[in-house]
Amino acid sequence: MSKRKPYVRSMDGWWKKNPYFVEYMIHESTALFVAAYCLVLLVGVIRLGQGEAAWNGWLAAMQSPLSVLCHLVLLAGAVYHTYSWFKILPITMPPVIVGGKKMAPEALTGTALAVAAAAGLALLALVWRIAL
Amino acid sequence: MSENHKIIEIEVLRYNPESDEEPHLEVYKVPFTDDMSVLQGAQYIKDNFDGSLTFRWSCRMAICGSCGMMINGIPKLSCETFLRDYYPNRIRIEALAHFPIEKDLVVDLSGFIEKLEAIQPYIIPKEPKTLAEGEYLQTPKEFNAYIQFTSCINCTLCYAACPQFGLNPDFIGPAAMALLHRYNMDSRDGASASRMELVASEEGVYNCSAVGYCSEVCPKHVDPASAVNINKANAAKDYFLRFLSPKGGSK
Ligand code: SF4
Ligand code: FES
Repeated sequence: MSKRKPYVRSMDGWWKKNPYFVEYMIHESTALFVAAYCLVLLVGVIRLGQGEAAWNGWLAAMQSPLSVLCHLVLLAGAVYHTYSWFKILPITMPPVIVGGKKMAPEALTGTALAVAAAAGLALLALVWRIAL
Repeated sequence: MSENHKIIEIEVLRYNPESDEEPHLEVYKVPFTDDMSVLQGAQYIKDNFDGSLTFRWSCRMAICGSCGMMINGIPKLSCETFLRDYYPNRIRIEALAHFPIEKDLVVDLSGFIEKLEAIQPYIIPKEPKTLAEGEYLQTPKEFNAYIQFTSCINCTLCYAACPQFGLNPDFIGPAAMALLHRYNMDSRDGASASRMELVASEEGVYNCSAVGYCSEVCPKHVDPASAVNINKANAAKDYFLRFLSPKGGSK
């Protein structure tokens, strides 16, 4: 008779067992911040469809101190989300070959972050000009 | 061993399937020298305190892949991890996470072996050639496309680093997927269509949520996470291609 009795360990609380997993959970959960901001914008679009008064009401609501604070928190979450995704970009996309050599992971992450920052600033500049 | 050796406490997760209901920790005080690996620490315990302590090893030089353990919660090869780097703190060694414990530090790898078989880890030539027709030639560029994925030593540290494998033991997992990718990327091979069925299956790449820790712990820089993630894109491409051509992509 076999004396085997393999013991299967529980996965309960797995994400607390390693700092790498904690960081993973934080980066995944910051997606909720991005989703929350999408909802804010969606409400804006709906209010716009409801006419000028509704739209102006939404604009005023956006300018309240509480809303500004919310924006800052959501922005921080979204920035961290962007950063943490680009950090794992080198393992999530096919290798980029430059001059016959594989691009270094740091260079790939750095380039992606620079492009994201430039795109963010360009968008900000554009919206700023429209607003003025 | 010299007289002025230091003593480190090694805490070992012990499990004897014949007498234990569940694993428990035991602490041993092990004298060590600066050149002693964690594996040698375990060997010292086996030789001097308890001969029944069970663990796997062979090469002692980070090439056979059999000595993997959780060392303070991190999957590592115990033969290339040194006691001096933990002293004066206590060090805890446990069987590789996410695998069933067979005994003490030995895990049940049968599921992993089955996965290795399932990916058809050999070249299935596009067009068979006779010996007289000569060898299959390959350019350096074609060689570079897969060489990194040949370095795997089957140590399974990447599985111990993968929570998705822990949650679903059927997930084909990082190392097997890296090996699958190695053959699919080989210009001499012609069987990627049949391997892609496994890639896109219930056990395939979509179990991966891009935690990325597997590549972090890999002692051979195989980067299994990239093999898994490249194949998410490949499986998606395959899926859409079959709408365009009756022959394109696999089922
Ligand atoms: S991919 Fe790396 S960590 Fe995984 S089994 Fe192979 S050598 Fe070990
Ligand atoms: S004993 Fe061979 S890899 Fe450690």
